[in-house]
Amino acid sequence: MADFFANSVGLPWWLAYLVTGVIQTQLLLIVPFVGAMTFVWMERKISARIQDRLGPTRTGGKFGWLQLLADGIKLLNKEDLMPADADKLMFRVAPYISFTASYVALLALPFASGWAAQRMNVAIFFVLAVLGLEVFGVILGGYASASKWSLFGAMREAAQVVSYEVPLGMCVVVPVMIAGTMDLVAIADMQRGLFTNWFVFHDPFTFITFWVYFTCAVASVNRAPFDLAEAESELVAGFHTEYSGFRWLAFYMAEYGSMFTVSGLATILFFGGWNGPIPLVGWIDAEPDTFLHWFVNFLGFVNFVAKAVLGVTVMIWVRWTLPRLRIDQVMKTCLKYCTPIAAVMFLGATIWNGFLFPGGMPWQNVVLGTVREAELLEPAPVAAPASSQDHVAGGDRNSNRPLSIAARVAANAGSQLEGGK
Amino acid sequence: MLAAIVWQSFFFLLFALVACAFGVAVVISSNIVRMAFYLILSLGATAGLFFLAGADFVGSMQLMIYVGGTLVLLVFGVMLTAQSPFISMKTRGGEWILAAIVGGSLFAVLVNRIVTVADWYGPAVATAAATQTAARPAAMRRNNQEPAEASPVVLRDARTATRLGMALSGPRVDRLDQPNPILRRGMSSYLLPFEIVSVHLLVVLVGAAYLARTKKRARGTLGET
Repeated sequence: MADFFANSVGLPWWLAYLVTGVIQTQLLLIVPFVGAMTFVWMERKISARIQDRLGPTRTGGKFGWLQLLADGIKLLNKEDLMPADADKLMFRVAPYISFTASYVALLALPFASGWAAQRMNVAIFFVLAVLGLEVFGVILGGYASASKWSLFGAMREAAQVVSYEVPLGMCVVVPVMIAGTMDLVAIADMQRGLFTNWFVFHDPFTFITFWVYFTCAVASVNRAPFDLAEAESELVAGFHTEYSGFRWLAFYMAEYGSMFTVSGLATILFFGGWNGPIPLVGWIDAEPDTFLHWFVNFLGFVNFVAKAVLGVTVMIWVRWTLPRLRIDQVMKTCLKYCTPIAAVMFLGATIWNGFLFPGGMPWQNVVLGTVREAELLEPAPVAAPASSQDHVAGGDRNSNRPLSIAARVAANAGSQLEGGK
Repeated sequence: MLAAIVWQSFFFLLFALVACAFGVAVVISSNIVRMAFYLILSLGATAGLFFLAGADFVGSMQLMIYVGGTLVLLVFGVMLTAQSPFISMKTRGGEWILAAIVGGSLFAVLVNRIVTVADWYGPAVATAAATQTAARPAAMRRNNQEPAEASPVVLRDARTATRLGMALSGPRVDRLDQPNPILRRGMSSYLLPFEIVSVHLLVVLVGAAYLARTKKRARGTLGET
């Protein structure tokens, strides 16, 4: 894109880079903003249907779109309160820390095979690391409010988020182990083909892992039934008791942004990412940098967003259906159930893929349609299970000997150096 | 393409400035919660430096372990223990001198290392190429003096996790230029040291738990005499 601005438009290089950067960050910013708006609206509508609340089913004409506007105007009109004893700087900064963490995680999240803001070798690790920073906004917000409600709310929420990172990370390791890489683009590409290739159907252990992952994801983004930390009626809204107006909105945008991110991660890790259930897109053989290629990416994007929004919908549905857990029940669920189950699933998946069925089940490895050679991922260099290598047309099966791997990795590095011209 | 290099150094300066400025802010500030907050920003900017250098894995590690793990613990500790006399810390003169001596000597050691490693102040692409010379055919090796434009692209594609993982469990990919196969076999993985360190940490943890446990009072010794 920078090339386009420099060569076709004729901007100087530094300006071209600046314009490109601004455009791309704005494109990414659309995701949390529009996402939060849509999800708030969905939340109102779904809660109204489930719990028979009157407002959101009546406000506005078609689809109750005025409810969204009413919520927005109400929030922006609220007085911007700050307690007199509050730590002014911390109080102001805290919501933006939360929002930034939630937003930066989108950097490494690929929306289609060519549409990742930053393709990273360790993308999933990066996403988990950055999502974990969200807790600072919570702690600092609760602390700086100079209020006991907020402080206790922040403590509860931070304890919950930090504990649920453990089983969440262990669940994520299972698909990473099957794929043999932490690159999200590569992981999703491996599930190309019929929907039987999705990792959730890969073996019984990944199937259970997905449910554990989803539970932990719901808990780590503080959604019900694990939202005791910010319960409105019982505990006076936890860490954001003292927040109102736009700052409160920033916390909520962070929450809805993280909801989208963890559902997107679930989509990529377990549900094939941008690959549809039937590989229609795979039949199109598109050259890079053509309109057709862009169109294929767009279809993948629609696929991905549809699946991720479905995940968010399930989270909303769960919120308005299940009762809230007590804090000791929340911690018990994490430490006594989720963590051991995730550990057993990891062990089971290792044994299944390493010893029992190293080639995968017969219904897997169905790749329909043509795939361009250039889009094929590089074979995972480090001792990937054989099942994943079956997807990779370019990978040679003899590459498991250590020295040849080493040579190939080094050659890769060399060729990338060459490719940089 | 020259612009790319300028951009790289621009962000390097930005992250370095943020890291240094908030590092100084940690020292100057007297409010302990703000100190923790400045430390978060400083360490986060350090992670940015790692990402800029193409070390995605180390950068993510920095974010996850130091910023996300250690500092959360630190803030927790501060919130649980800090009462009003401790919340703003006053430093006495002697502590200033001691801290200056320790910090200054560490700084001197680091500066000494920086100026003695020759690769570090050469052009960026030369060091990147030097580590990978062995893997490249001789024909490629001849144009080692590539134009410096190549460096941002190299940095972006660096596959750090793979190399680290292989160094932990398999051959040393950073020492492939060793021609002697016997010597090369000697440079096996870091797996054993890693395991030893892990077990050591576990022992330390168990010992800490043992020391910190509530000691049961021996029954019958009280009140009998």
